[in-house]
Amino acid sequence: MCTVVLMSIGHTLLGLLESGPRHGYDLKRAFDEKFGHDRPLHYGQVYSTMSRLLKHGLVEVDGIEAGDGPERKRYAITDAGITDVERWLATPEKPEPYLQSTLYTKVVLALLTHRNAADILDTQRAEHLRSMRILTDRKRKGDLADQLICDHALFHLEADLRWLELTAARLDKLRQAVVSS
Amino acid sequence: MTAPAGSLLVAEGLRKAYGPTVALDGAEFSIHPGEVVAVMGPSGSGKSTLLHCLAGIVTPDAGTILYDGRDLARMNDAQRSALRRSEFGFVFQFGQLVPELTCVENVALPLRLNGTPRKKAEQTALEWMRRLEVHDLAGKRPGEVSGGQGQRVAVARALVTGPRVLFADEPTGALDSLNGERVMELLTESARSSGTAVVLVTHEARVAAYSDREIVVRDGKSRDMERIV
Repeated sequence: MCTVVLMSIGHTLLGLLESGPRHGYDLKRAFDEKFGHDRPLHYGQVYSTMSRLLKHGLVEVDGIEAGDGPERKRYAITDAGITDVERWLATPEKPEPYLQSTLYTKVVLALLTHRNAADILDTQRAEHLRSMRILTDRKRKGDLADQLICDHALFHLEADLRWLELTAARLDKLRQAVVSS
Repeated sequence: MTAPAGSLLVAEGLRKAYGPTVALDGAEFSIHPGEVVAVMGPSGSGKSTLLHCLAGIVTPDAGTILYDGRDLARMNDAQRSALRRSEFGFVFQFGQLVPELTCVENVALPLRLNGTPRKKAEQTALEWMRRLEVHDLAGKRPGEVSGGQGQRVAVARALVTGPRVLFADEPTGALDSLNGERVMELLTESARSSGTAVVLVTHEARVAAYSDREIVVRDGKSRDMERIV
């Protein structure tokens, strides 16, 4: 399953709006280019997400263009929307296998919006280590089955952490790539 | 200095450069009695330099280090050496046992240097070797034991004087997973049961998971993650 689907499309679209107002189509294109990989967003997903964000006051309609087809709305992020993105970026993800794709999105968005991406990585590292401490303690007190189950989880978390370290070491390079694309 | 209340060892504003290379650039640190703190960070981030400064092995260019309320910078070399011999213990990655001595003689060495008679020193050494599960190697020389066993002998030697702080720099760096885990289990259990604080430098998350909290060092600056999250 594509991890992009699992993450918050709403927050990602909000984050993309921070650089300036966009039409739904532009949003879809930017999303697909940066995060869609081989699973582009459906138009329906974009418009239903934007209606939800509009309803919650996280975006507003910045202008409407009439054309041959249906009206084209241009969306802008509100102050409440910026706060919402801020909160999402600052909240560590619950550690689970393969979450680095969500983390990747957070790091790229942080770089795009000139936030501190290193902070996001550090906060996530602390959350992972917290889980690893719990598992290590359980392993120490448990039987062989417990030890093997905990080891399995520990190795996955360790792989995530190695990715966090590697990304932290490559932040400058990633910033250049993200900003220039 | 505004150290957390009850801290045993505190450092603030540490700076250290080796020629043009800045190893520490305003690093901070604190540890409570009996606490295990992991110092993490990529290679070359300054974590070993931080450990060497905290242990009084290296003098920082600037900043303050207080051990039990005493300023390390105000001590002379002899006082700092005495501190390292009696109140601090050390475990490194490898190459720390004297090859000519038997394992029990190695473990007893810090006590002998402090003037403890041989018989009493070796008795205490054997007790620690039992806790680290290497007492049956007492008569063997370091070259005759495995890497994991040798490291447990080194931990026993570091704890034999009942230090208040144990400095461990990549203590499992040369070991495989299973041996590394056993060393960490025994090291942290022994330190916790005797109330020894542990400063654990490591780049491995699985080793850091044996700590109570972690400090991240990057580009010579430190971050106490407990105060951030």
